[in-house]
Amino acid sequence: MAITQQSPTPSPSLSPPTASPRSARARRGEAGAAALMITPALALFVLFLIVPIVLAFALAFTNARLISPRPPEFIGLDNFALLFTDPVFWASVRNTFYFAVVVVPVQAGLALLLAVLVNAKVRGTRFFRTVYFLPVVTSMVVVSLLWRFMYQQDGLINKALQSVTFDRFTPVDWLNDPAWAMPAIMLMSVWQGVGFTMIIWLAGLQTIPGELYEAAELDGAGTWHQFRYITWPGLLQTRTFILVTITIAAFSLFTQINVMTQGGPLDSTTTVVYQAVRSGYQQLQTGYGSAISLVFFVLVLTVSLVQRHLTRERG
Amino acid sequence: MSVTSIATPTKRSVVVTVLRSVLVVFFAFPIVFMLVSSLKPDLQIFADLGSWRAFLPVGDVSFANYTGVFDRVPFARFILNSVLISGVTIALGILVNSMAAFALARLRWRGRGLVLGLVLATLIVPFETLALPLLWWVNKLPSFEADGFSLAFKQGWLDTYQVQIIPFIANAFSMYLFYQYFASIPRELDEAARMDGAGWFAIYRTVIMPLSGPAIATVAILTFLPAWNSYLWPLMVVQSEELRPVMIGLQYFFQLNTSWGQVMAYSSLITIPVVALFLAFQRSFINSIASSGVKG
Repeated sequence: MAITQQSPTPSPSLSPPTASPRSARARRGEAGAAALMITPALALFVLFLIVPIVLAFALAFTNARLISPRPPEFIGLDNFALLFTDPVFWASVRNTFYFAVVVVPVQAGLALLLAVLVNAKVRGTRFFRTVYFLPVVTSMVVVSLLWRFMYQQDGLINKALQSVTFDRFTPVDWLNDPAWAMPAIMLMSVWQGVGFTMIIWLAGLQTIPGELYEAAELDGAGTWHQFRYITWPGLLQTRTFILVTITIAAFSLFTQINVMTQGGPLDSTTTVVYQAVRSGYQQLQTGYGSAISLVFFVLVLTVSLVQRHLTRERG
Repeated sequence: MSVTSIATPTKRSVVVTVLRSVLVVFFAFPIVFMLVSSLKPDLQIFADLGSWRAFLPVGDVSFANYTGVFDRVPFARFILNSVLISGVTIALGILVNSMAAFALARLRWRGRGLVLGLVLATLIVPFETLALPLLWWVNKLPSFEADGFSLAFKQGWLDTYQVQIIPFIANAFSMYLFYQYFASIPRELDEAARMDGAGWFAIYRTVIMPLSGPAIATVAILTFLPAWNSYLWPLMVVQSEELRPVMIGLQYFFQLNTSWGQVMAYSSLITIPVVALFLAFQRSFINSIASSGVKG
C-alpha cells in the first residue's frame, strides 16, 4: 500500500476487457447491483460534500446568519468588500503566509533528514522511528496545551534556557510577545507534524533501488554525491506530494491558535481559518465566514496548482 | 580495500548515531515531561522545572491528579462518547466506502469513470473550507427524536451524536484506497464465483472483503485518528456536556481548571491509549500513513 503502487493505478476511463458473450440480463443485473452498492456512499456525498461545496460558493454572496428566522438574501460582493477593507483579515493572511513559508521548508527538510537517518543501516532504527513518530499520534489539542504550559514565563523552556546559560537568559513570555508568539507556534507545529512527513519520505526512499547506491559506492561517490544524484532525483513524486500536503495543512492552521493564543497578542497569530470560524461560528455570520472560507479555498487551490506545476517543470 | 573505504562508514555511523540520539531527546522530552508532571502536585512540578527532576518521577508522586480528573468532569462519559463516535464512523465507513469501491472497481456500468473522477476531485477540498457551510446546512436538516413512544420532529442536527458521525462516513480517500486494493485482486476470482452462481453482493462479502485485510486496517486507522482527535467540528456543533468528545472535554477541563498537573493527567489519559494502539499495530500505522502518499 505504499507509494510504489501509485503508478499502476488503473485509469478510470478504461473499462475492463469485455468478457465473452454475456446476456443483456446479466449486464442489467450487474448495473443494478452497482447502483445498490454505490447509493449509500453517493447519497452521503451529495448531502455532506457536494451540498456544502455549492453552499460555500452561494452563501459567501449572502447575508446568511447561523441562527435566523429569515432566509439569506443575496448581497453581491458586499462580504468581500467588507473583508478586503478589514485590517484584521489582512493580518490573518500575512500570518498564514508567514507560518507556511517557514513551516513548509523546515518541516519538509527536517523530515527528510529524519527519513535518511532512519533509513541508514544502523542498529536501533525501529526505536528511533517510533520515537520520532510519537508526537504524530498525540492529538494537536494535547500538544497545544502541553506546549502552552512549557512556553509560560515561569515554564519549562525558560527555566531550561536559564539553567544552561547560568541565569544570563532573561525569560521571555513566548506566547504573549507579538514577535515570539508565531515562531513559538511554528516550532511546536513542526515538532508535532514532522514524523508524519518522515514516514512519507521514507516510503519514497524505499522505492529507490539499492543497486544504484552500490554502483555509486563502487564508483567512489561520497554521501553527498549519492544524495544529490540518486536520492534527490528519485524522490521527485514524493517531493511534490509532500509540498502540496504540508502547505495545505499549514494554511489550515486553526487548532493551535484556538487553544494557545486566540489570535493574539495584537492579532499577531490570527489566521484565515481562525478568522472564518470566529465570524461564521462565534459571531454567527455564516455569509461573511463563508466568504473568508472561499478566499481560503482559492488560496489553497492556487498554491497547490502552482507547486505541482513548478516541481514538475524543474524535475 | 583502501583505508578510507573502511573508515568512512564507521565515521558515518557515529555521526548518524549522535544525530539520531539528539533528535530522540528533542521529540521525546515534551511527552516525558507531560507523563511525569501528571504524577506530581503543581508545587512540585514548578519546583522541579529548573533541574533534571522535571523529567523524573521523583518526590511527591501519586495518582491524585488522575482521580482529580474523574472528580471534576464526567471524564468516563467523554471517553465513551469518543469511542462511540469513532467506532461507529469506522464501522459504517468501512461498509459504505468498500461497497462503493466494489461497484467502481469490479462492476461494469455506465458513468463509472465519471463518478470515480468526481470522487477523486473532491480530495483537494480541505474540510476547513466546508466547515461553515456544513454547519449552516446541518442546522437546517430535519431530525427525529424518540420521545417515549412518539417520534418528535425537530429542526437541526446541532448537539447530537449523529452530527458528529454521519457527515464523516462517506470518505473519498477511504473509497480510493479500497478501489486501488480491489483493482489489484485477480478478476478470475469473481468469474469463478459467478460460475458457482454467486450474486454480486455475495462476491463482495465472501470473496473480496476477506482478501482485503490490509486495506480495511488502513482505512480503520486513517478514520480513527481524525475521529479521535476531532476538534474544530465538535467545537461548533456540540453544546451539551454529555455529548462532548475527549478533545472538547479537555479544553473545557482546562478552562475551569488552573491545575497543570490535572491538565497533564487528562492529556496523558487520552494519549496513552492511542500510543498503546500505535505500538501494538505499528506496522499497520506506518503503512497507513505511507499509503496516504498515493494521494499525490
